[in-house]
Amino acid sequence: MTTNGSACTASELLAVISARLLRDGQVVFAGVGIPLLAATLAQRLHAPGLTILFEGGVIGAFIEPGKLPPSTNEQRCTRRANMVLGSTEVLLLLQRGYVDVGFMGGAQIDQYGNLNSSFIGDPQRPTSRLPGTGGGNDIASLTQMIVAMKHEKRRFVKAVDFVTSPGFLSGGDSRREAGLTAGGMFRVVTDLGVLGFDEHSKRMKLLALHPGVAADRVRENTGFALLIEADLPVTDPPTENELAVLRDLDPDRLYTA
Amino acid sequence: MLFASGASRHILTSWFSQGIVWGVSRVMRLYAETGRARFEEWSHLAVGLRFRAGAMGVPFLPIRSMMGSDLIGRLPDARQIDCPFTGEKLVLVPALNPDVALIHVQRCDAYGNAQIDGLPFMDLDLALAANRVILTTERIVSNGQIRRSPDHTKIPFLAVDAVVEVPFGSAPHECYGLYEPLFKHLDRYAAQTRQDPDQGCKDYLERYFFAPKSWTEYLGLLGLDELLESSRRGRSIYDD
Repeated sequence: MTTNGSACTASELLAVISARLLRDGQVVFAGVGIPLLAATLAQRLHAPGLTILFEGGVIGAFIEPGKLPPSTNEQRCTRRANMVLGSTEVLLLLQRGYVDVGFMGGAQIDQYGNLNSSFIGDPQRPTSRLPGTGGGNDIASLTQMIVAMKHEKRRFVKAVDFVTSPGFLSGGDSRREAGLTAGGMFRVVTDLGVLGFDEHSKRMKLLALHPGVAADRVRENTGFALLIEADLPVTDPPTENELAVLRDLDPDRLYTA
Repeated sequence: MLFASGASRHILTSWFSQGIVWGVSRVMRLYAETGRARFEEWSHLAVGLRFRAGAMGVPFLPIRSMMGSDLIGRLPDARQIDCPFTGEKLVLVPALNPDVALIHVQRCDAYGNAQIDGLPFMDLDLALAANRVILTTERIVSNGQIRRSPDHTKIPFLAVDAVVEVPFGSAPHECYGLYEPLFKHLDRYAAQTRQDPDQGCKDYLERYFFAPKSWTEYLGLLGLDELLESSRRGRSIYDD
């Protein structure tokens, strides 16, 4: 979606908009795919001092254009990094509070920001067994989260089939009561808009729309009643420069098909 | 492949897939969805701390994740407690002490002093936690060479029971600084198991695991072109 609103893919839009949420100087724990790409994009544009962590055991990653890794466990993730360390050690940085933002994709999310990457259907007899948490549960349990995902009704459900990675659980103060004293959902970036969470109820709330998207379209693609900010701003469309840098990073469209 | 070969009916891990470019493992899905095998899911940090507890010789370690999620409801071995010091809620994860660990390293000596380049993952904890450790190594070097750079030694010989020299021992996956994944080979595997997960995987096993009479024959099947190409990419990590 360039200025005329049609010339970029949904994945590119996700990457650009979520990259803008990352600020210079932050420490971000990024999953593979759009999160890795968006964090790298932010690092190349407005946040050169962004420190990227990967679950494979990397601090200060600096991904090379055209050499995106198939997972965050590959040597490609370590190039020009500050440090490599064990996967347990890098995850413990979350528990100790060194990480500002966790950044992941999601298969299914609910109105309180709980994520499911384990089972579609009944866990005893799933229609689909998904890959599982990886470090997702640890990241979502221990730090503030940004999630980037496509906005579809089957993905935005009232209650997830299985809480793999906790958002605000059943809302209100339930996250803290469960023992999760740090973190929580901050933003969900989709191809339709940007969403956050109500301060008290912790229900998902539409905060901004992408150019050319009406609030009704977001409602139609969401499987629960969304809170909607009274005065909805429209996000700035991806600039030529953002898209150029993004396409240089992923020329084969491995992550942004 | 552990499922398709019948070698295992139960795998404990945090994430079970093929990497973003290949999508979810169809073989895992088939076996897990039909109940023919079990994928027991813990968070990645929980798995790490279970090996860490095993390596430390203690029965458990505390962790601050997994609480509130549905993971914990399926894991009777994880116990939620109130901390005796602070009163905070914590989860205790029990030690894992595998019977056997198989670990591949860049180099080690004949005694099992292993030097690992790049990402160490959970290898040290795994080696110390396991009751038997079999190291496979790209090459066996002299003890003298190990002693020239003891800071690179990550696994001590004390923990190791056997050493096997297996060049390209991680292929078709990668070994840091030596070779990257054999992408075309993995593309073909993913395509083959997408069509028919069970038979596709069994055919693959027959061709690449059971049929070869030797390691050299296996590498021959992977193909010199792909091995050299993956080596070129692998070694390029040190270019700058």
